[in-house]
Amino acid sequence: MRNTLIIWRKELNGYFVSPIAYFLLTMFAVVSGFFFWLYLRGFVEYGMEMQMRGQGMPMNINEQVIRPLLVNAGVIGLFFIPMITMRLFAEEKRSGTIELLATSPIRDWEVILGKWLAALTLYACMLLFTALNFAFLFKYGNPDWKPLAIGYLGLLLQAGTLLAIGTFISSLTKNQIIAGAVTFGICLVLWIISSVGEFETSVWSQVLSYMSVLTHFEESFAKGVLSAKDAVFFLTAIFLGLFFTARSMESLRWRS
Amino acid sequence: MFSVELFKAESVQTLHTGIPCIKPLMITVKELTKRYARNTAVDHISFEVGKGQIVGFLGPNGAGKTTTMRMLTGFLSPTSGSATVAGFDVLEQPLEVKKRIGYLPETPPLYPEMETGEYLTFVGRLKGLSGAELRKRIDYVCERCAVADVKNKLLGKLSKGYRQRVGLAQAIIHNPDVLILDEPTAGLDPKQINETRDLIKSLGGDHTIILSTHILPEVEQTCEQVIIINKGKLAATDSVQNLQNRARGAESVLIEVSGRNGSLDFATVQRRLEQVAGVSRVVARQHQENRNSFEVESGKGFVRGDLARAVVEAGWDLNELRPTAMSLEEIFLQLTGAQADGKEGSPKESQ
Repeated sequence: MRNTLIIWRKELNGYFVSPIAYFLLTMFAVVSGFFFWLYLRGFVEYGMEMQMRGQGMPMNINEQVIRPLLVNAGVIGLFFIPMITMRLFAEEKRSGTIELLATSPIRDWEVILGKWLAALTLYACMLLFTALNFAFLFKYGNPDWKPLAIGYLGLLLQAGTLLAIGTFISSLTKNQIIAGAVTFGICLVLWIISSVGEFETSVWSQVLSYMSVLTHFEESFAKGVLSAKDAVFFLTAIFLGLFFTARSMESLRWRS
Repeated sequence: MFSVELFKAESVQTLHTGIPCIKPLMITVKELTKRYARNTAVDHISFEVGKGQIVGFLGPNGAGKTTTMRMLTGFLSPTSGSATVAGFDVLEQPLEVKKRIGYLPETPPLYPEMETGEYLTFVGRLKGLSGAELRKRIDYVCERCAVADVKNKLLGKLSKGYRQRVGLAQAIIHNPDVLILDEPTAGLDPKQINETRDLIKSLGGDHTIILSTHILPEVEQTCEQVIIINKGKLAATDSVQNLQNRARGAESVLIEVSGRNGSLDFATVQRRLEQVAGVSRVVARQHQENRNSFEVESGKGFVRGDLARAVVEAGWDLNELRPTAMSLEEIFLQLTGAQADGKEGSPKESQ
């Protein structure tokens, strides 16, 4: 545990002394801020329209603003996750510092866990900016906080899965660009296959849409439903991603 | 706890009695092999290193030095064979081994975005140090490796010499029993090379040191023992003293003989020279009409007189007879199978 923390701290430091963390935070804040503005404006306009028509349709800020925004944050995250994970191992392998880690009295999984946690922490920092947006909703409205909290938990789980995949990809190459591009491709595929199940009902399309990380988030956590089934999906995926990273690190010892 | 383990380690070492090494063994390598898909990088290498010794790991580039060192540090796993460090097997108890090893790879493993002090703190923590002890060790290694003045500088901005010394500082930060240094002086200027050698020498005694190099004087200056490997195989392992003695004891002589009346049977001369007592090897150098030069090596002692007598008594002319020194360099080249292209022996010079 202590070793994991040492690695975690070092990685987080690495993010914040380079421009990458600030760039990611800014971009994420701008993009999610834009969508917040878009959805909120739609919501307010819709409300005004309803008032003018004199129809008293119940309006739900959780349903109409928070949920789409959470799904949105998840999708935006897909684009940023490769940039978080691409350097994790590729950089160490390129510069040779992997030799320091691999010859220190520290277990492989401690290194992997520390790195993955640091990536997750950076992602959580990015999410904090969306939380700032939501803070306005709480000031001027009266949304329910519980679905929001569950939504954030879901976002973290979803990102954790993609970050674990990204960590694994990064451990396969010395080249950050390749690691980033491949991770991006995988993230993209995992996103688009969620729509396969919408039109097709064959077994294969069901399997494909089950594999999509977005389905597991959109249909449960984003709605404020704490779903054990989807949580298990994410946790299994995270475990598998990190497990394969460990195998990949071990294979370094055998072929190099 | 640490001392208990050390005690245990030493008690294991007492099992290895009967080995001609007075000091307790620190590193034992048995039949170590690393095979890749196409080639064998290290081929059944065995050697032992006593506690507190400085051992030079010598060999041409690509001989398998780095691979062997990486197997000792646990960075690579051997295909077969075994290696123990301080009594712990590198495969069975890698963490115990890693606690006791300080390793400086060929390129120092530095994070360019870290400051020197920050980096040493990170490495110290990785190796299990913390608190006041860590601070004490950082101050100590900074002073020892002369990097105190760059403590607040970014590693990425340091010169090659400083990078190497910071690399050395990180290797000794946890006061390891064994230091493994992969070409510690590569890329340094002569002054820095000397400083680094002195530093390594001063580290011996407390630490068992294996350093790899392809520079011979370095071994002669810093090491007590030499392990020469070539093409993945062990070529020789001996003390520097012995190798040097071997270099001095052996004599290499260049001899040029010609016949009285212009005709001379080359093979006859060679056979005659080989018969001289003490001669171990005769190599034909040049064979032209009236110029027949040979390089004669003797196992020990002085053979020049006997050679001259043999030539004259056979009725030939002795045109030239001069000793060519047999340096450690030549022994090395001989062992590693490279062509000894000594300047002294070149035919042009003998004209």
